[in-house]
Amino acid sequence: MRKNDPLKVKTLKPKKETIDFLLNFSKGLEIVKTKNKNYPINKN
Amino acid sequence: MKLKSDSLLISLYQEGDEEALSALIHRHQKELFTFIFYKINDEDLANDVFQDTFMKIIVMLKEGRYNEEGKFILWAKRIAHNLIIDHFRSKSKNIKVSETTFETDEYSIFDLIREPSENIEDQLVTNQIQEDLLRMLQFLPKNQQEVIKLRFFDGLSFKEIADHTDMSINTTLGRVRYALINLRKIMDENKIILTR
Repeated sequence: MRKNDPLKVKTLKPKKETIDFLLNFSKGLEIVKTKNKNYPINKN
Repeated sequence: MKLKSDSLLISLYQEGDEEALSALIHRHQKELFTFIFYKINDEDLANDVFQDTFMKIIVMLKEGRYNEEGKFILWAKRIAHNLIIDHFRSKSKNIKVSETTFETDEYSIFDLIREPSENIEDQLVTNQIQEDLLRMLQFLPKNQQEVIKLRFFDGLSFKEIADHTDMSINTTLGRVRYALINLRKIMDENKIILTR
């Protein structure tokens, strides 16, 4: 098996800051439910 | 958390367990990010799209709008795919992303379901088009239905479809081509026009 197969798709991953942002975004998010609609509100 | 299924993690998250979201993101980050990156070939932009994708997912999960119809990762890829299409559309109206490599027609009918909805009327039209397409798909053989759903509704590449279905890329290409030809026949025979 070739070690550096040029056809092999390189796997990448997002930056740590992106993941941290998402986790904070989620923690700060509150869904305010009204009769007809949901409103995503960020508490941060 | 590592041993828990996606479905269980989603339920836990919807009950308020933020660790479950972290596990879900870490489990799928590489596959989703790689999927996005190879479509746009720009790492910073890929991070933006990845972020926007998960922001949509987070809001939808918290609103309880996720229904367990398919695999989580396919749903996430479909959202990412639509965001990428939106990005290219807003960047330049001249860039057209369609399946015209297979067809001589001016547009792909599947472009119609990817238009970003701006108001309720647009949303209703988009929903109607999607319903009509799904109804037409039922007239296709099962194997053609599967590749069309994976290609146009889930946004998978031909390589990914080939891997997912244990087919060669050539078979996948051929199957999508025949499915599109058949859909056009159904539209012609039934005088169906999909437009907005």
